[in-house]
Amino acid sequence: MNDTNPNVSEPTISRRTVLKTAAAGVATASLGPLVAACGGGSSQTTTSSGPFSWQKYKGTTLSLLLNKHPYADAMIADINSFKQLTGMNIKYDIYPEDVYFEKVTAALSSRSSSYDAFMTGAYQTWVYGPAGWIVDLKDYMNDANKTDPSWNVKDIFSGLMSSDSWNGSPGQALGSNGAHQWALPWGFEQYALSYNKRIFDQHKLSVPKNLPELVDVATYVTKNVPGVYGVAVRGSRSWATIHPGYLSAFTSYGAKDFGSGLKSTVNSTEAVEMTNQWVKMVKQGGPQNWTQYTWYDCGSDLGAGKAAMMYDADILGYFNAQGTKEAGNIASTPFTANPNATSPASNVWIWSLAMSNFSNNKDAAWYFMQWATSQKHLQYGAVQQSQVDPVRQSVASSSEFQNKVNTKGPANFLSTFQATQPNARIYFTPQPLFFQVATNWSASLQTLYSGSNSMGQTQDVLGKLASDIDSQTSNAGIR
Amino acid sequence: MSSTQTVVNKSAPVTEPEQPEQRKWTRSALPYLLVLPALLLTIWILYPFVQAIVYSVQNYVLSNPFGIHFVGLKNYWNLVSDADFWHTLWVTILYTVLSTGVELLLGLALAYLLQKQTRVNNVLTTLMMLPLMVAPILASLMWKLMTNPSFGLANYVLSAVGLHNFPWGSSPSTALFTVVMVDVWIYTPFMAILLLAGLRSLPQAPFEAAQIDNVSPWFTFQRLTLPLLMPYITTAVLFRLLQALQTFDIIFAMTGGGPGNTLLNVNVQAYNQAFIFLNLGVSSALLLILWIISYTISQRMVSYWSKGKIAAQ
Repeated sequence: MNDTNPNVSEPTISRRTVLKTAAAGVATASLGPLVAACGGGSSQTTTSSGPFSWQKYKGTTLSLLLNKHPYADAMIADINSFKQLTGMNIKYDIYPEDVYFEKVTAALSSRSSSYDAFMTGAYQTWVYGPAGWIVDLKDYMNDANKTDPSWNVKDIFSGLMSSDSWNGSPGQALGSNGAHQWALPWGFEQYALSYNKRIFDQHKLSVPKNLPELVDVATYVTKNVPGVYGVAVRGSRSWATIHPGYLSAFTSYGAKDFGSGLKSTVNSTEAVEMTNQWVKMVKQGGPQNWTQYTWYDCGSDLGAGKAAMMYDADILGYFNAQGTKEAGNIASTPFTANPNATSPASNVWIWSLAMSNFSNNKDAAWYFMQWATSQKHLQYGAVQQSQVDPVRQSVASSSEFQNKVNTKGPANFLSTFQATQPNARIYFTPQPLFFQVATNWSASLQTLYSGSNSMGQTQDVLGKLASDIDSQTSNAGIR
Repeated sequence: MSSTQTVVNKSAPVTEPEQPEQRKWTRSALPYLLVLPALLLTIWILYPFVQAIVYSVQNYVLSNPFGIHFVGLKNYWNLVSDADFWHTLWVTILYTVLSTGVELLLGLALAYLLQKQTRVNNVLTTLMMLPLMVAPILASLMWKLMTNPSFGLANYVLSAVGLHNFPWGSSPSTALFTVVMVDVWIYTPFMAILLLAGLRSLPQAPFEAAQIDNVSPWFTFQRLTLPLLMPYITTAVLFRLLQALQTFDIIFAMTGGGPGNTLLNVNVQAYNQAFIFLNLGVSSALLLILWIISYTISQRMVSYWSKGKIAAQ
C-alpha cells in the first residue's frame, strides 16, 4: 500500500532482499579469481612430456623485469629472433639501476606473478634463493625434454656458474655440493686497471702493477697534471662500493670477509694494511667528492680525461673507449694489488637471469633463459652489441669477438681479460646479510676517508665494523 | 459540542502517523552513511599504522617469511642500546632545528619585506614561490650537480671569490650545511608565504596607533607585529618541524646518509632497513619512534597555540 492510494501496492524491495542480493554478489565476485586460478590461466606443470621443441609454448607471452644496461639492450635488439624461434611474445619493463633492485624485491616479496624472469646479480640470489622467491634451475637443466641439446652448459665459465649457485648455508662455499643453481650467468665484469695512455705517455709514467705503486702514481698525477686526478674508484655509501676494486685488492692481500664459524675478519692484519693503503690512495689521488662516486662517475671521468686511471670493471673501460673525449687513448692492464702476489685475484659481478617462483609460465620462461644464454645469442650480443664480458668460452675465444675488442675496445683489453679470468670469481662469503654488511663496510671506508687514516684509526674503525657484523649475524641467528 | 471540535484526550499517547518501512530504514541509516567516508578514511590511515606496530614487535625479515615471530620490544631495545641509533636521532633533530630555524628567520624577513601590496612585491612573491614548485628530489639532484667539485656551478662561483675546492656534501664537516642549504632553498618560500598571509591579515588599528605615537619600527615589530603574528608563526613552524623530522628525499639524493653515518637520519635509516636489508621489524620500530617524537611535538605546539588564541581573545 502507498500513502496516496491504500489499495495500490507499490513494488518494494525489502532491506533483507537487498542484503541477501549484495552478499550473493560479493561471494560470486570473490569466487571469480579462485575459479580462474584453478581452471584458467597458463600455469605450467612441471611434468615433462615429449622431446624438446622450441615451438612448444607458442603463443605464450612472457613478462621480463630488466635493468637499464647494455646487456638488456642487446637482448631487445635480438628479440625478434626469439619470437621467430619459439612463437612466444615478450613484454618487458626496464628500470634504472638506482631503483631496479627495490623493484625486484617488491615484486618477489609480494609473491607477484607479474614477472616470469628478471635480471639479477649473484649476491641478490643469496637473499632471493633461501626465501623461496626464485626457482632452482637444476631441475630444468637436467631435464632433456625441457633443455635444448645444443645449449651446452659446460661452455659457460665454470667459475661463473658456481658463483650463481649456493646451497643456502651461510658460510658454505659457492658451488659446493648440494648447491642450487639460482640463476644463469648472462654477462659479467671483472676488475682491472684502465688508464689513459695519452696522460701516461705525456708525463712518462709507468703503469702501476700493485697497490703501493698505484698510490704513488695517482698521487703524482693529482699533484702535477692540471685538471686531472689520479684514479677513479667508487665511494658512495652503498654495497656497490665494496665489491669491485676494493674487494679484489682486499682478496689479493690475503684478507677475507669472514673466517670459520662466520666470524667477521674485516679487521685482520692484512685487511687493515690493505684498507689503509686504499684510503691513502683515495685521499691523495682520488676524486674530490669520492664519497658520492658511483660506477657512472668513474667511467665518465675516465672517458672525459678527468681521471688518469680507473680501478673498476674492465667493461667500464670498454664502454668508455669509444665515443668519448678520450676515445682511442684508453688501455687496460691486469692488476695484482698485493706486491707479493703473482696473479690477479679479481672479484666479479655477474649479471644473471633468474626465474620467479611465482611465475605462471615457468617452463616457457626456461625456454627464454636458454635462448638468452645460448651461444648464438651471446655471440650476437658480444659481437654486434656490447654484451661483454661474454660468459661462454666459445664466444670469448671466437675470432669475431676478439677482432671486435681488439679494434673497438681499450688497448690490451683481450690480454687483460685472458690474464684475469682464470682466478676471477666471487670472493665474498655467501650469507643472507650481505647487503647490510657491505653497506656498513662502505660507511666505514667513508669514515676513514674523513679521518686521519692512521693505522690506529683504521684498526679501530674496522674493529668496530667487525664487531657490528658479528652482532648482526648473531642477532639474525646465522652465527 | 460541534462535530468539528476535537476532543483532546491528554492521557492518551500521541503517535506519529505510520511511515513506510523503506523511509524508516533510510532515516536511521542516514547518519551512518554520512559518516562513512570519514570512517573509511580513518580505517585507511589506521590500518597501515596498526600494521606497522605489529611489524615492529616481530622479527620480520622479508627474505625469511617462515621465521617471522613475535619478539615483543626487542627491536626497540636493540635500537636504544645501539650508539648508532642515538647518533641517527641526533642527526634528525639537528637537521630539523637548523633547517626550521633558518627558514623561519629568512621567511619572516622575506614576508616583512613583501607585505606591502605593490606591483613589484606581487611579482617578487610569485617568483619566490618557484622553488616550491620543484619536487624536492629533483631539486636535490639539481643541487648535487651544482655542487659537484669537477663541473658544478657552485664551486666555480666560490672560486671567483677566492674559496677553492669547497667539499660540499663529500666531507663530514660541510655535509650537514649542504643539505640544510638545499632544504632552506626549497622550503623558505613555504614559510614566507604563510607568514606573509599572516602579516597581511593583521588588524591595522594597533599599527596606526603606534604610528600616531611615533613609535620606532623596531618597537612596533617587537611589541606589536611578533605577538600578533605568533599564531601564524606557530602554525608555520609546526608544519616545517614535522616535515623536516621526516626528511628523506634531500638527504638520500645528496649523500645517501653519508659520508660515513654523518647524515644518516631516521627516515633514511628506516628506508635502508626496509628496502636494502629487508628488515621490516626494525624499520617499523624506527618509524614508530619518529612518530612518537612528531606526535609529542605537535601536541605541545597545538596546546601552546590554543592557549595563545584564548589569551588573545
